Amino acid sequence: MSDTAILQASGIGKRYAGVAALHDVQLTLRAGEVHALMGQNGAGKSTLIKVLTGVVAPDDGTIALVGEPIAPRSPADAQRLGISTVYQEVNLCPNLSVAENICAGRFARRRWTRTIHWSRVHEEAAAIMRRLDLDIDVTRSLSSYPVAIQQMVAIARAVSVSARVLILDEPTSSLDEDEVRQLFAVMRTLREQGMAILFVTHFLDQVYAICDRITVLRNGGFVGEYRTSELPQAALISAMVGREFALTGTDRQAVPTGEAAPLLTAQGLGRRGGVWPTDLQIRRGEVLGLGGLLGSGRTELARLLFGLDPADAGVIAIDGDERRWRAPAEAIAHGIALCPEERKTEGIVAELSVRENIVLALQARLGLRRYLSRAQQNEIAQRFVELLGIKTASIETPVGLLSGGNQQKVVLARWLVTEPRLLMLDEPTRGIDIAAKQEIMSEILKLARQGMAVLFISAEIDELVRVCDRIAVMRERRKAGELVGGSSEHAVLDLIAGTA
Amino acid sequence: MSAPLPLTAPAPRPTMPRWRALLLFDSKYTPLAITIALFVSMTVAGGIVYDGLLQPQIFLNLFVDNAFLLIVAVGMTFVILTGGIDLSVGSVIALTTVVSAVLVEHHGWNPWLVMPLMLLMGAAFGGAMGLLIQRFRLQPFVVTLGGMFLARGISFLISVDSISITNPVYMSIAEARLSLGGGCSLSVGALLSIGVLLAGIWLAHATAFGRSIYALGGSEASARLMGLPVAATQIGVYALSGACSALAGIVYTFYMLSGYSLHAQGLELDAIAAVVVGGTLLTGGSGYLVGTLFGVLILGLIQTIITIDGTLSSWWTKIVIGGLLFLFCLLQRLFAGLRRTRV
Ligand SMILES: Nc1ncnc2c1ncn2[C@@H]1O[C@H](COP(=O)(O)OP(=O)(O)OP(=O)(O)O)[C@@H](O)[C@H]1O
Ligand SMILES: [Mg+2]
Repeated sequence: MSDTAILQASGIGKRYAGVAALHDVQLTLRAGEVHALMGQNGAGKSTLIKVLTGVVAPDDGTIALVGEPIAPRSPADAQRLGISTVYQEVNLCPNLSVAENICAGRFARRRWTRTIHWSRVHEEAAAIMRRLDLDIDVTRSLSSYPVAIQQMVAIARAVSVSARVLILDEPTSSLDEDEVRQLFAVMRTLREQGMAILFVTHFLDQVYAICDRITVLRNGGFVGEYRTSELPQAALISAMVGREFALTGTDRQAVPTGEAAPLLTAQGLGRRGGVWPTDLQIRRGEVLGLGGLLGSGRTELARLLFGLDPADAGVIAIDGDERRWRAPAEAIAHGIALCPEERKTEGIVAELSVRENIVLALQARLGLRRYLSRAQQNEIAQRFVELLGIKTASIETPVGLLSGGNQQKVVLARWLVTEPRLLMLDEPTRGIDIAAKQEIMSEILKLARQGMAVLFISAEIDELVRVCDRIAVMRERRKAGELVGGSSEHAVLDLIAGTA
Repeated sequence: MSAPLPLTAPAPRPTMPRWRALLLFDSKYTPLAITIALFVSMTVAGGIVYDGLLQPQIFLNLFVDNAFLLIVAVGMTFVILTGGIDLSVGSVIALTTVVSAVLVEHHGWNPWLVMPLMLLMGAAFGGAMGLLIQRFRLQPFVVTLGGMFLARGISFLISVDSISITNPVYMSIAEARLSLGGGCSLSVGALLSIGVLLAGIWLAHATAFGRSIYALGGSEASARLMGLPVAATQIGVYALSGACSALAGIVYTFYMLSGYSLHAQGLELDAIAAVVVGGTLLTGGSGYLVGTLFGVLILGLIQTIITIDGTLSSWWTKIVIGGLLFLFCLLQRLFAGLRRTRV
C-alpha cells in the first residue's frame, strides 16, 4: 500500500431540496488500496459516488485526480479520466447482449472500415467473464440471465477498462459466496497493479476481508478515515451508528413449535423445471428459514406457495383445508403475503410517495369500498417510517429518491402493514445496514410472537441461525433437509453445500 | 403425488414450460420470424387465389411502388428503436417535393445541387426536433407533431398549387429502369431504397452509433451511466430520420414528377405501421430493419392483392392493416409478458 493519493475529494457538499445529503465530506483514495466507504442507509455513500463520477454536480467542494483538479460533468467524462464505476442499481441495458454490455463505448474495430469487429468483441467479453470465473454465452441478451450474473457483468464492464480508480457501490449484495470470492480475487490483482478501489458494502466481514482503509459517513457528514487493522468491528459500527451499538443475538425464546397448529402445509408441491416436489409445513407464530444458494429453488418455492407460478404437482392446505391457487389474489385473500426479491422490478413504484407505497397492498386488500382516509394513511405511513427507521425527507417524498436500503425498507413496510397470517420475505435485508437489519429482525420476531407465521428466505447463514425457529434448506431445486433453530452455522452450511 | 417429475437437463430458464422455452429460444428473433412467416403465407395464399400474383415483376413492383415508404420506414425504425417517434416524415416529404419543384422549375437551379440540399434540409429539420427533444426533455410525440404541422404549413406557404416537374434530369431519372432480364426491372427509387436499407442494416449492427441506439432504447439511464453518447445519439437519430424523409421526398418527386403540399398525407402512419408490423417494439430497444422491410412488403402486398382482385374497395387495405396492427400489438404484449417472467 503506497501513500500516493490518486483521487482526493474535500469539502464535498450536496443538497437536495434544501436537505443536505452530503456536508463537508472528504475522501482520499491511494494507489494500490481497497478503500471501504461505510455508513448506514441514507448516509450519502451513493451520492458521494455520483458526485465523484459526474452523475450529479456537487454544490461545494473540490475533486483532484493525482493532484490535478477535475470536475467530471458526466459518467462518460469520468470514464475518460480513468474512473470506472459500478453503480448501486444494476446499470446495464437488458436488451443488449452480455458482450455488448461489457464493451459498449469501446468496441474493437476493424482496421480499415472502423466497423465493429464482433468476433473480437465476443472473444474479449468471454475472456473477461472467464476472469471472473463465469463461462457463459456472451452473445445472449443480458435479460436472459439471473440478477447475480447481471451484477457480475456490470463488474466485468468496470474492471475491463484500464482505469486508475475503480468504484463499486454495493456490488456484492446479490452475489453468492463463490462469486464474492472471485470478485475479491480480481480486486486483489487490480490492487497489486496499483489501482485505487472504492468499495461499498453492508457486510462487515467483507470489509475486514479485503479493505485496507475505511472512510465512514454518517447523516451526510464525514466521521473519519481509519486503517482497517486499527478499527475493531464494534468501533466501526459505533462510528456508523453514532452511539454504542451491540450486535445482540435476537432474544429467541424457545417457541412451542411442536404444539402450534400448522398454518400452511405443502405436500409434494412442485413444478416442472422449477422445484421438485417438496413437503413443507409452517406453523403459527414461527419463523421458518429457507436457506440455500442462489438458484437453489428458494424463490421458486415461495412463488409456488403464493400462486405466482401454478404448481403442477402437490397440494397446499391452509388450516387443514386443501387449496389450489389460480392467482396470487387467492393466496392474498387467505392472508398470505410475499415480499419479493427484486425491489426495482417487482417492489417499489418509484414515482409514488413513501405513503402511497406503504399503503398500496393494504388498500388493495381492503378493496376500494373501504377507502383508507388520508389521516389513516398518514398515521400508518408515519408509524412504519419510525418503526423501520426509514430515512426520508417526508412521507410524501417519491420513493425513487430514497437511498437503496431505504427503498427496501419501504417494500418491507408495505407487507408488514397488511398484517398477513403468513408473511414470506425473500431476501428482505438485502442492502440494509447492520443496525437496521437488527431492528427489522426484532420487529419480525415480535410479529411472529403475536401469532404471524413467517417464511424467511435468506442466503446469509448467520442471519438464518439468529432468527429462525426452524431452517429448511434447498439444494439443486429440492429440499435438502430441515434443522432446528439455533443449529450451528456449520450444520446449515453443510446442508447447503451437500457435504453433511 | 410425489412421483418424480421428468425434469430436463438444467435449462437456462428453469421456471418455464417447454413450449415457452422453445418460443423464446432466441426470443429477440421471434417477432421477426412471425413477420416473415406472415409475408410468406400471404404470398402463397394470394398466389393460390390470384393467378397473376406470383410473377417476378409484381414482386419487384412492391419495391418500385413503395420505395419512399421503405426509405422513411428505415429512418422511423431508428427513431422507434430509441423509444421515440417521428410524426413529421410525411410533411417533410411534401416540403421536399415542393421546394425541389420551386427551385428547379421556377428558379432554374441545377437538380444535382438541389438534391443534396434537400438532404441537408431534412437532416437539419430532424436534428432541430431532436435537439428540442434532447435538451428540453420534451415528448417526441409532441415535438414531431409540431414538426409535422410546421413542414406541411411551410410547403403551403411556398405553393398551394401542384407544380409539375418537366426538368430533363428528373424526367430521365423517373424513366430510368435497371433491367434484370426476363422483362423485369427496378426503378431508381427502388434501387435507392434498397441501398438505404442495406446502409441502415450496416449502421445498426456494425457501428457504435447503431449500438448506442439500441442501448438508448433499452434503458436511457443505463446508457448514460455506461458513458455512451446519449445526447448525440438521440439528436442524430432524428437528423437521420429527417434525412431519410428528404430522400424519400426526392424519390417521391421522381415517382410523381410534381411538387405538391398535399403529397404523402398520412404517410407517417403507414411508416409506423410498417415498423410495428415488422416486429419493432414501440417501447424501444428491440427490433430489426429486416423486419421493417417485410413490414413494408406486407403493406404493399395487401395493396397489390386488392388491386389485382379489382372488386374489393381500396378501403380494405386500411381494414387489413388495422387488423394486422391489432394482431401484432397483441403478440408483442404476449412476448413482453413472457420476457418479464424472471429466471
Ligand atoms: N435525487 C435525490 N433527490 C432527493 N433526495 C435524494 C436524492 N438522491 C439522494 N437523496 C437523499 O440523499 C440521502 C443519501 O442517499 P444515498 O443514496 O447517498 O445513501 P446511501 O448511503 O447510498 O444509502 P444505502 O446504503 O441505502 O444505499 C438519502 O436521504 C436520500 O433520500
Ligand atoms: Mg447507496
